Amino acid sequence: MRTLYFLLRKEFKQIFRNKALLPMIFIAPLIQLLILPLAADYEVKNINISIIDNDHSAYSRKLLKDITASGYFKAVGYGNSFQAAFRQIEQDQADLILEIPAGFEKNLVKEGAQSLFIAVNAINGSKATLGASYLRRVVEDFNAGIRLSWMPAGNDQQAVIETVSSNWYNAFLNYRFFMVPGILVTLVTMICVYMCALNIVKEKEIGTIEQINVTPVKKHLFILGKLIPFWIIGLFVFTVGLFGIGRLVYGIVPQGNLLLLYGFLSLYLVALLGIGLLISTYAETQQQAMSVAFFFMMIFMLMSGLFTSVDSMPAWAKFLANCNPVTHFIKVMRMVLLKGSGFADIQFPMLMMVGFAIFFNTWAILNYKKTV
Amino acid sequence: MKQFTSFVRKEFYHVFRDPKSLLILFGMPITLIVLFGFALTNEIKNARIVVCDYARDAASQQIISRLSVSNNFSIHQSIMSHEELESSFKSGNIQLAIVIPAHFNDDLLHLKHAQLQIIADASDPNTATTLTSYAQSVINSYQQELRSYHKSGLQIIPEIRMLYNPELKGATNFVPGVMALVLLLVCVLMTSVSIVREKELGTMEVLLVSPFNPMMVIIAKAVPYFVLSLLNLALIVLLSVGLLSMPFQGSVLLLFTVSSLFIITALSLGLLISNSTASQQTAMLISLMGMLIPTMMFTGFLFPLENMPVALQVIANAVPSKWYYSIVKSIMIKGLGFSAIWKETLILLGMTIFLLTISFKKFKTRLA
Repeated sequence: MRTLYFLLRKEFKQIFRNKALLPMIFIAPLIQLLILPLAADYEVKNINISIIDNDHSAYSRKLLKDITASGYFKAVGYGNSFQAAFRQIEQDQADLILEIPAGFEKNLVKEGAQSLFIAVNAINGSKATLGASYLRRVVEDFNAGIRLSWMPAGNDQQAVIETVSSNWYNAFLNYRFFMVPGILVTLVTMICVYMCALNIVKEKEIGTIEQINVTPVKKHLFILGKLIPFWIIGLFVFTVGLFGIGRLVYGIVPQGNLLLLYGFLSLYLVALLGIGLLISTYAETQQQAMSVAFFFMMIFMLMSGLFTSVDSMPAWAKFLANCNPVTHFIKVMRMVLLKGSGFADIQFPMLMMVGFAIFFNTWAILNYKKTV
Repeated sequence: MKQFTSFVRKEFYHVFRDPKSLLILFGMPITLIVLFGFALTNEIKNARIVVCDYARDAASQQIISRLSVSNNFSIHQSIMSHEELESSFKSGNIQLAIVIPAHFNDDLLHLKHAQLQIIADASDPNTATTLTSYAQSVINSYQQELRSYHKSGLQIIPEIRMLYNPELKGATNFVPGVMALVLLLVCVLMTSVSIVREKELGTMEVLLVSPFNPMMVIIAKAVPYFVLSLLNLALIVLLSVGLLSMPFQGSVLLLFTVSSLFIITALSLGLLISNSTASQQTAMLISLMGMLIPTMMFTGFLFPLENMPVALQVIANAVPSKWYYSIVKSIMIKGLGFSAIWKETLILLGMTIFLLTISFKKFKTRLA
């Protein structure tokens, strides 16, 4: 026990004496947590539309007014030629082109049908679909209005289905509520894995690990001495992020049991540190450790459901995502923080996390050799 | 010159004798392309919708069968109480609930007014809005059909054409982003670490006291990563055309020329980091913590830049990958020439000069 105490003191001294490292551990993540959620917003608004009105009739003007009044669209050009509008798409100034053909009003009334041309910049597929469907909705409403105005009076008793939609757990659809827990998890993950992996490899590279190897310090004590400081740092950064920034800045009031959340976090950190340790046992230099850690972190992050939904993945990818500890913690964070889910709801991720913790740590310890 | 080539050779040996790092250098773009091409999508699929049909009449059956048409969502019916709904939401089993009250059809036919409730799990706002608007549009179209006997011509038919990406593939948007991400991170990380490493191990001192121009030492360090990055780029382009069957519209030469500029920008950023730090750990943490997430966020391929608060849009302008992303999109997907990208290129050039000037100023031939 005394040995462990001295080892821990050594580690903490090393960490706190590194003046360049400290801000990276404690300040950078919090700044990122302050800024990044503001940037993560999928909601599509401000769609730039370029309009070509070849008709210049009362109807076409009414339609254009409806479009700009809908709030989704910003008209960036009224032109006469498709060429000029297309140029705007090429330069990313416009997302959509709406062309109203000549004779729009006349044909609509006389022939009973008239088409409209809409061209969408579809490089970003989901944005294009949304933009097109918003525009279609505006056109449909406009169309319904016209029909109504031509309908004989007295015939307007129509069945109406009223839909009442409610958004539970996040009534104002605040995207930040969704992103902050996820980003906090990624930041804690990155710090713990990198720091843990690099710390041990650094001793290898500088050669000080040999000095420890020749002492009677037991293997498990040395490893514990390396893991515990980062476990504590992880807890600390998480707490500051959750209460200091999540609660105070973004107003996320944890709905669920905090004890449950911290229990899960403690397990999660053990699993993470196991990964860091494992990387360090395979790497010879810090550069290697870093590129390996970076490679896996990148995959872990992308597959975690932080940016894109795990449910939307094909089956093989979903399986991979389930083998990723980050996925489970992000899910649990969102469930417990936002929905107030209880222990029964997170049993499966909890079990998986115990599995990860045992698996990675056992592998790492088996692979760690005290000899050179 | 002979000195320089032998230095470059030394650096290549450094790189090639570390197969683990090398593997990751090339494994990363392949993995990213596969993930972004096949696994990650912004679309909402496989969402679970539950319909609580208390009415069990013609109208409710009609609506349910219409909802089931979409393959993207799995619809199942079950009568749930409010508490049961809540616990299913909490366990994450369902994402949307549609409650159809009793006497739905009767109300619709006789009172001409019926109510329907949609409850979404808005802890994920994106899924919630998508699902709600899907359900809403199904119900609206059903309602339109009910009224169809009123239809009196006057039909506007919107003809929609999806430019550049008619199949609406996610890869078209992601691949240029992956290129920007990989090139930037690889260059910044690798150069900064390999320079700081020599500092840390003390070999830098040996190099600095040699008669060789110290600036050349640094440039020689960057050469292998420049070459490797170009290879990486070629690999990504080949994979995206071959594996993801993405079209390549523009000039390959132009893409590689501009990419070289971008790689140099990234290398000079790495140089700056290495000149400002003394330990590998710090250099890595700055390059990773400081760059990985911001690059992902501010490049614009995951989240639309125009939605961000103005202050962040200004910050995004300082991220080189944002400009490169726009260049790649213009060349690869839109097939435009240099006239369309001169502004972005100029900005990258300016950034490179700026970064190089600072790092040369900070470069010390003496160790502390």
